[in-house]
Amino acid sequence: MSLTTSTLEPDLVPDDGGGRDPMTSGSLDGAPMWGIRLGSIALGLLGYVAFGSVNWALWAVIALATYMVATLLVSRVVESPRQATDRFAAAVMTSAFVVVLFPLFSVVWTVIDRGSNRFDWEFYTSSMRGVIGEGGGGYHAIVGTLIVTALTAAFAIPFGLFTAIYLVEYADGGRFAKAVTSLVDVMTGIPSIVAGLFAYALFVVLDDVPVLTALSTGVGHRSGLAGAVALTLLMTPVVVRTSEEMLRLVPNELREASYALGVPRWKTILKVVLPTAVSGILTGIVLAIARVIGETAPLLVTVGITADVNWNPFEGRMATLPVFAYNSYKFPTLPPEASIDRAWAAALTLVILVVILFSIARILSSILKPKGLK
Amino acid sequence: MNRPAVKHPNQSKVDTPVTESISALQATQTDSVVDPNAPVDMPNRIDVKDLDIYYGDFKAVENVSMTINPNSVTALIGPSGCGKSTFLRSLNRMHEVISGAYVDGSVIINGKDLYGPSVDPVAVRRKIGMVFQRPNPFPTMSIADNVLAGKKLNSKRLSKSDANDLVEKSLRGANLWDEVKDRLDKPGSGLSGGQQQRLCIARAIAVEPDVLLMDEPCSALDPISTLAIEELMLELKDAYNIVIVTHNMQQAARVSNRTGFFSIEGTGKPGKLIEMDATEKIFSNPSKQETQDYVTGRFG
Amino acid sequence: MTTLESPPSDNDSAFDEPVGKAGDKVFFGLSFGAAALILITLAAVAFFLFIQGLPTFTGDGTELDGDGSFFAYVGPLVFGTIYLSCIALLLATPVAIAVALYISHYAPRKVAQTLGYFIDLLAAIPSVVYGLWGITVLAPVISTSMFPWLRDNLGFIPVFGSDVAIAQSGRSTFTVGVVLAVMVLPIITAISREVFLQTPRLHEEASLALGATRWEVIRQAVIPYGRSGVISGAMLGLGRALGETMAVAIILSPARGYFWDVLTAQNSNSIASNIALQFPESSGLEVNRLIATGLVLFLLTFGVNAIARRVANAGFSGADG
Repeated sequence: MSLTTSTLEPDLVPDDGGGRDPMTSGSLDGAPMWGIRLGSIALGLLGYVAFGSVNWALWAVIALATYMVATLLVSRVVESPRQATDRFAAAVMTSAFVVVLFPLFSVVWTVIDRGSNRFDWEFYTSSMRGVIGEGGGGYHAIVGTLIVTALTAAFAIPFGLFTAIYLVEYADGGRFAKAVTSLVDVMTGIPSIVAGLFAYALFVVLDDVPVLTALSTGVGHRSGLAGAVALTLLMTPVVVRTSEEMLRLVPNELREASYALGVPRWKTILKVVLPTAVSGILTGIVLAIARVIGETAPLLVTVGITADVNWNPFEGRMATLPVFAYNSYKFPTLPPEASIDRAWAAALTLVILVVILFSIARILSSILKPKGLK
Repeated sequence: MNRPAVKHPNQSKVDTPVTESISALQATQTDSVVDPNAPVDMPNRIDVKDLDIYYGDFKAVENVSMTINPNSVTALIGPSGCGKSTFLRSLNRMHEVISGAYVDGSVIINGKDLYGPSVDPVAVRRKIGMVFQRPNPFPTMSIADNVLAGKKLNSKRLSKSDANDLVEKSLRGANLWDEVKDRLDKPGSGLSGGQQQRLCIARAIAVEPDVLLMDEPCSALDPISTLAIEELMLELKDAYNIVIVTHNMQQAARVSNRTGFFSIEGTGKPGKLIEMDATEKIFSNPSKQETQDYVTGRFG
Repeated sequence: MTTLESPPSDNDSAFDEPVGKAGDKVFFGLSFGAAALILITLAAVAFFLFIQGLPTFTGDGTELDGDGSFFAYVGPLVFGTIYLSCIALLLATPVAIAVALYISHYAPRKVAQTLGYFIDLLAAIPSVVYGLWGITVLAPVISTSMFPWLRDNLGFIPVFGSDVAIAQSGRSTFTVGVVLAVMVLPIITAISREVFLQTPRLHEEASLALGATRWEVIRQAVIPYGRSGVISGAMLGLGRALGETMAVAIILSPARGYFWDVLTAQNSNSIASNIALQFPESSGLEVNRLIATGLVLFLLTFGVNAIARRVANAGFSGADG
């Protein structure tokens, strides 16, 4: 597309410099550009040899700088100044993209590399009960994460979904609906640690109310329930937003068709509107779960950490994967390597969970999409 | 786009050339003109009295009084924005879907006022069905489930054989059975536009309403599908009281027994019923100059 | 022609039997209740944080370290929070815009879809993972290569030059800034990419028809259209960075006070990280004080998000003009 520079009236054409015919002037498309790119990489390698040190970063810096400068200069000579600017911009953006890939791939690679040290059967089957030094595992943390996340989902999904239904199906733009919408926005911005502090403060007060002793979280006001309340605060606005968006995509004609058959409103919502939007809503919910499953800070404050499996979310501390990873790294037992390996294994497990949830979301969105909606 | 409506051997009428069948339609129509002075206690006759329709502060339709006779097709015509669709929707209280809508006046059918104090609009809609401008089958449901939607969603328990009977009866009633009987479990959205609209008609008659309202049912369809729907209307009027809103004056002339002409003085003003009479009279010798201008194409 | 039985007409044409009224009431009640619960929840958040934070001001200050003044305590934390987030944003925003443009206007369509998915996935990687990566991989690398270079060559800028030695461990403000930049980059990229893709085709084609090169199209049509979207994306990234806890808590070596130099082991901590580090060890009034700092963080992010929304709304309504 960049072969022809201009077909404008001559006086409107910016000076291409050198009076060449703009339609036929030289082009760097294809092989020449690849020559520049490969040459830059080779030059980076040269610098690497010349400095005599093992430094990948330096290589990348030299290669990318050469790529950008060479593109600019060569294009200016062979093509035109405008072309040169265009190619330079493309080179900058491509370089930015390449630069970003470094840390991101590094994160993924490090998690896999370090995490694989303890990616073993023992890690997934044993807790840290009675373990000092090597061995042990994150079974108790996996159990905790699944329980807390399941509780969170049980609270946040109906809460968020019904709020979205209210906003789309019942609200008529009144002040109440507007207030709810903007407060959902505010909720989206609550820092996760603040959500944790809220849940903690809530249960400190609740634990002092004698009638609620059933909810008592015991020593230190820590419990899986408190963690789930904190995470609900973070997950609900995400569920509201995505569900609202999906419900608004359902054509009004379908609601009217249903009303015209004498179907009451609630049945119309339940049997016509929700099934039509179900694929998008479920996808959004799964992605929201992926977001909260790795939350660390609120759980650190509300659930704490323990060495043993705790199946009861209503009482006492519980281990969760993110807090387990943090704690194993921050407060290692001797030898520290064993602790740190466990931290990475927990991190890897979390990333795998997130990837699984993302894949589920993808599959759901493709198989549940109503065939009739374009 | 496939148009099995014209290809199917069972539908002899639609197989005939378009022009011929239109004149045939007109012939049937004049045969069955219902006497406007028919007895008052006719079942399913709709009496509209001094009806004003409002959306909040805005008065959309003013002072409409008319009688809609059963076993006939009544067409409502008029320029865009004249309130004919709003009026149609007020006949089964569908306009109330927009919040702030209300009416003044009465719509009486079988001795009951639709706007009486204890009347449930949901119950009204089960007796007075509606077909919309654009075909809108439920995308999550199969063809059969679309037909059964009204019954099923209203939690009527249906035995399997009853359900099958109802599907067949309704689809036959909508002249669609032969085209879809082999793929009843396929999604309704896989059909052509005209077939989808007939599916919507089948869906509407499956709840066994007394009246069928049609809001420009053919405006999104090609001419051949339109013909199939018009054909269907003439069959259905033996069993139902049909009211149709249309932009297409030829269509009104072809299918209706009586025609009401709505008009509006200007934007922001309420729509009014200018005149209502036998279709032949409206199109040949209307009593109002406004109507004459509209049907001859000098206005609107 | 199919014969139709006449439908049963006058036997059951009663309109006044209510249909599904109970279900409608229940369903409306649930929906309205959920929406109302949103209001109640937020009121509860403010209320409980306030109630639990209040004793900091009313309680016996001598129980606390320092002079017990809350503002002397929270001041450096607010500074640290904003300082770290601004470094992150400064590093991330230009790169994020370039990457978003690359994905939306340069990469082949198929590749672009995969990249978009990959970016979304990166936004969902738990922050504790980024923290572990930052301390294990990034800190050693940049503290040995970049830190001395910055100190030697750019030391005249106060941010890089002070009397305090470079942090050999790399656990400094700069490292955290880079990690936070990596974390918010997917967010800003995702939002920018979306607004760039929404640029009206007509604008772009109009520009192309005038003989513009691809870069000129981007400069004339895409960037002006997407500007407000990019700004609100950056503000959302800022909101995320302000509240980010674990990466800071894992990597930073904190000290009490205000520190500008980003290369040393003396750094102002962020509010969130301070809470995470202190909370497990705290009791009594110390807990109340931490909760009060949480309230300050809440107000800070609330302000930033409010500005982001205002920018986004102002931008989109004026985008066609």
